[in-house]
Amino acid sequence: MSSFSIMDSRHGLKSQSEKHRRAKRLSPPGLFGVRNWKKSRLIVAIILGTVSVFPLLYMVSLSFQPTSDILTSGAVLFPTHPTTANYVAAWSENSFSTYFLNSLIVALGTVAITVVVASLAAFAFARYQFRFKEIIFYVFLAALAVPSVELIIPQYLLMLKLHLTDSLSGLVLIYASENLPFSIFLLRGFFEAVPRDLEESFRLDGANNFRVLTRLIAPLSAPALAVVAMFTFNFAWEEFIIALTLINSPGNRTLPIALNFFITAHTTQWGPLFAASVIATLPSVVVYFISQRWFQRGVSLGGIR
Amino acid sequence: MTSEATSLVQRPAVVPPGAVSRRHYRFARFFTPYLLLLPAGLLYLVFIVYPIFRQFDISFYNWHILPGAVNPFVGWSNYSRIFHDPEIRTAAINTLLFLVITVPIQMCLGLFAAAILTDRMPARGLWRAMVFIPVVTSWVVVSYVFAYIFADQGGVANAILSIFVGHTVHVDWLANTWTGNAVIWLVSIWKGVGWSFIMFLAALDGVPRDLIESSRVDGSNEWRVWRHVVIPNIRPTITFVLALLVIGASQVFTQVYITTGGGPFGSTSVLLTDAYQQAFSYFYFSYAAAIASLMAIVVLGLSILQIRLMRRGS
Repeated sequence: MSSFSIMDSRHGLKSQSEKHRRAKRLSPPGLFGVRNWKKSRLIVAIILGTVSVFPLLYMVSLSFQPTSDILTSGAVLFPTHPTTANYVAAWSENSFSTYFLNSLIVALGTVAITVVVASLAAFAFARYQFRFKEIIFYVFLAALAVPSVELIIPQYLLMLKLHLTDSLSGLVLIYASENLPFSIFLLRGFFEAVPRDLEESFRLDGANNFRVLTRLIAPLSAPALAVVAMFTFNFAWEEFIIALTLINSPGNRTLPIALNFFITAHTTQWGPLFAASVIATLPSVVVYFISQRWFQRGVSLGGIR
Repeated sequence: MTSEATSLVQRPAVVPPGAVSRRHYRFARFFTPYLLLLPAGLLYLVFIVYPIFRQFDISFYNWHILPGAVNPFVGWSNYSRIFHDPEIRTAAINTLLFLVITVPIQMCLGLFAAAILTDRMPARGLWRAMVFIPVVTSWVVVSYVFAYIFADQGGVANAILSIFVGHTVHVDWLANTWTGNAVIWLVSIWKGVGWSFIMFLAALDGVPRDLIESSRVDGSNEWRVWRHVVIPNIRPTITFVLALLVIGASQVFTQVYITTGGGPFGSTSVLLTDAYQQAFSYFYFSYAAAIASLMAIVVLGLSILQIRLMRRGS
């Protein structure tokens, strides 16, 4: 874990004043790293940020415009006749609250199963020696190359056989399975970084495996668990094609496929569609901001080893 | 039991109070890792591994979904059909184009954004969050937003174009092959940049600043610092990002399905939209399974190649 020590020395051990001194002395390794260029760098940063959020802000703006405005004027960045009618329409007309709840159940269920199951597996990979360990690990990893849509046909047939089509639990099982490889990969790296001495002293105090995992390793790996939870939540929250294929009855629809029904062969209800889209996007954004402070650490330690 | 022996050497056997005897303990220690792997292994075997083999299996039959239907064995004919199917050819070209265009642009923009946002500046956290936000939004939602921006009725793209041209225009972006493809590329790049950005940001953070400083002291200019210090240091990340983006690009589906739906006349379709249509619109499950299986083999081969390159690079 070379990056681990780098992170620690850079962020943990150095005093604040020394950090400042160093920052002043060094020109940082940016493309425009020379200090004189700082203003232009800021301007570029603002442009990058604005371009990135523009379509989303535009969506929010559209969601407050009446459909007639959306269809005729175009290119109106700010609502000229602001209205919340779209939200009312989206929420009431299509039993949207049911879809929202379905999505929440599926996403939380997927997060729960993935975090628990992947932690157990990562614990085994990180803390035990056993036969075929690395082979089994790479077999898990190989699934990263065959995700989601590619297996939709056999998965659909399997779910038919298991009588799990048109059910939320069927979705949860598939989503959790799809998220296992990456989660195990990320968690293993973190679990391995927990010092063995700590584990020994825990065990000497009479802790069993369960206690070691839940009281020692999991708390110390909080950033990785947060990243896994965020990725898994987002995956399940926005997954479209598996849900579209497996779910038939309106009562079991999740949000992404419910959005599809604002568009019919004859008309597209853009207003309610964008209102629904805003509602559907909010939880992902909230989850991102909650997990953000762990995020970069999680990525830098687990992503590349 | 060499593996067990090494484990005992590595870690002095502390017999937990629950264990009755040393033998019992060794027995438990042998089985514990497998027990821990059991839930993950079961899910993985049932929902990922079995479907992979089932897909191969189906692809050799003329398979019907109706119960009791006769499913004749057809050998490789589904595969040979792939190579003579003009629709598949179009889809393969589109998928390849998508990969060749979106992957390098995403990587360059991501690295550029990371380079810009790696150092101190006012409200740096805000700009970082803004650049990353598209990643956490859903493909379905952003596909609809771009579908509206490029809609023939009321879309922004047409409105802006009208200003430049001087009169109202109604370009039906999504109903033309090249403009439709361009919209698909645009939405994919826009949503994807944040991911390579965050990966490169983490990597740049790990580049030892002392090395950069000493390189500057030696008189290197900005370009030389990047070429000789920064890039070699983040090479594993570059390979990793490239590998995952290539896999991701070969899986392109949702944005195509929603914006153009593969139209007009399949000219913007990609391999997976084609396979999906074959399976769930025409019910040619076997043919679709053959397409997907072939893709899986190609992507797996590419991944193995990239992992080997990654190993050699690091």
